[in-house]
Amino acid sequence: MDLGEINPVLLVASLMVAATPLLLAAIGELVVEKAGVLNLGVEGMMIVGAISGFAISVETGSPWLGFIAAAIGGAVLSLLFVLLTQFALANQVASGLALTLFGLGFSALMGQSYVGVKPPSMGDIHIPLLSDIPVIGPILFQHDPILYLGIALVAAVWATLKYTRVGLILRAVGENHDAAHALGYKVIKIRILAILFGGACAGLGGAYISLIRVPQWTEGMTAGVGWIALALVVFASWKPWRALLGAYLFGGITVLQLNLQAAGVAIPVEYLAMSPYIITILVLVILSADKSSAPASLGRTFHASH
Amino acid sequence: MIVLEKRPQPSKAWSYATPLVAVLATMVFGGILFAILGKNPIQAIGTIFWEPLFGEFAFYYRPQLLVKGAPLVLIAIGLSLGFRAGIWNIGAEGQYIMGAIFGAGAGLAFYPLDAFYVFPIMVIAGAFGGWLWAAIPAFLKVRFGTNEILVSLMLVYVAEQMLASVSLGLLKNPEGFGFPGSRNLQSYESAHNAELIAGSGMHWGVVTALIAVIFAYVLLNRHMLGFHIRLTGEAPRAAKFAGVNPARLILFCLGMSGALAGLAGMFEVAGPSGQVSIDFNVGYGFTAIIVAFLGRLHPVGILLAGGLMALTYIGGEIAQSQLGLPAAAIQVFQGMLLFFLLAFDLLTNYRIRAARNEVA
Repeated sequence: MDLGEINPVLLVASLMVAATPLLLAAIGELVVEKAGVLNLGVEGMMIVGAISGFAISVETGSPWLGFIAAAIGGAVLSLLFVLLTQFALANQVASGLALTLFGLGFSALMGQSYVGVKPPSMGDIHIPLLSDIPVIGPILFQHDPILYLGIALVAAVWATLKYTRVGLILRAVGENHDAAHALGYKVIKIRILAILFGGACAGLGGAYISLIRVPQWTEGMTAGVGWIALALVVFASWKPWRALLGAYLFGGITVLQLNLQAAGVAIPVEYLAMSPYIITILVLVILSADKSSAPASLGRTFHASH
Repeated sequence: MIVLEKRPQPSKAWSYATPLVAVLATMVFGGILFAILGKNPIQAIGTIFWEPLFGEFAFYYRPQLLVKGAPLVLIAIGLSLGFRAGIWNIGAEGQYIMGAIFGAGAGLAFYPLDAFYVFPIMVIAGAFGGWLWAAIPAFLKVRFGTNEILVSLMLVYVAEQMLASVSLGLLKNPEGFGFPGSRNLQSYESAHNAELIAGSGMHWGVVTALIAVIFAYVLLNRHMLGFHIRLTGEAPRAAKFAGVNPARLILFCLGMSGALAGLAGMFEVAGPSGQVSIDFNVGYGFTAIIVAFLGRLHPVGILLAGGLMALTYIGGEIAQSQLGLPAAAIQVFQGMLLFFLLAFDLLTNYRIRAARNEVA
């Protein structure tokens, strides 16, 4: 065992990379839940995004096109959720599960010929001057563009929800869909847009795993990140900045346990590998006392029958 | 313009018809999928649904139907109790693994003792393992209001790591030349969940699954607790006024589904699979969710749905070896089934009508 081998600067820098897929998926789901919809299919949308992005970037040689394809892939899968929950008025929990089961199978099918292939690399942005600062430079200013996009997305979602009319309408729909309907807002239309946004974000998060974090394709490679993202939304009490904080916390745990595995700590590998999931449960327990901030219409089906 | 009109009561006819319509739609769209993959769709569907039952080697495949169907039915029966009351245990895969670890662990602790009581102790240990794993989300939900969906799912990943850990450590075969995995229980007679009639596929797990179906039927139709489960799902407010104790219901539904999933895992590890190994679990816990919905959360329906799903597993394997159909295609096929089922359920609860012109 040699803890001295763990480089704190690299640790924090890789923490941000590990946190980004979670952050992207969580911020998307946060918007979906703010609109009063519970989409448990995050894991499925992520894995479909992961393979769509991987396949397209391998075929075209452009990681950018890959990420665009991933967002489209995630959104297309979420369209199935839209059909089930908004038009067929099916139970949201069951529909989300269906999305995940279907997505896992579908991605495995699509990804057969991509096992063992290396995707084109995106390359990091080196922000001039800032990235040369010792310690802080490598941690904050030498990352890939998608990582910064994730942070920008958090800021954008926060500002939109807090300061704009669109955000207010979205929240109204999530808090009380009957009242929003009575005021003349198109509840279903707003929810569809939110679900599609969530799907695109989850797709981006999935592609971040297959294109940047790992980077390769293996079946079921999201390994529960989508579910942790769902837990993260609860952790964040539906607040964007707290989602960022939570994502970095979970990213930190993941990176730390991987580093401890590599450093050969006396704890068996399996116990280290299960730690992020156990910590997710602990966090859920601590935070579940306060449910007051959950959108009031969360998970309820809306049907304008009156 | 088409509008949906809520039926005063769910249509009985449609509730029976939707699973059939969903299966047909899945066959059509599955056929299209197989055609895209370059396989003859008619032949592929035929291989999946016909070959295991009436094909040339049906004598071999028919017993497999029981072997694959039993764990699916056993787990789905447990899940359906909770689903009916709006309690979502989606971590049956983890409970299945823990049942297998506890069951096999209990059996191996007695090795090489030859006694009649070894197997019954394993059964109890398996049920306990599954129950314990489901009791965690149940307790956390009752005590702290924690979301049982996320907790039960997180525990699947924890259980998978546990499985890897015991296969490489605690339960590793001391005479296994260093290979991961436990002793093979099939060659330890007192612990072996052998076929009751040779060549029939009928083992204790199949018997238990049938008992579970009857038990669930009686519980839901003839017992106060079953009535409370149904009431909570269909009319939560009425259930509150009727004095239903939600904590008791959560502990019962999650505990019961955990114990049944644990039993399924234990019967599997002591019988068809034989040993605890890293790749022991094959996703029965997740497929059982589809089985539960396909069976309309009704015990008899689940029995039929479990048979159908077992058929797609076996037929899928045949199609894999004969036609080169990828294994993942069957997974997509099963996922599609749940989609169509949920979509067509619309017809059970709503009437589709052409809208008249009126002020909304």
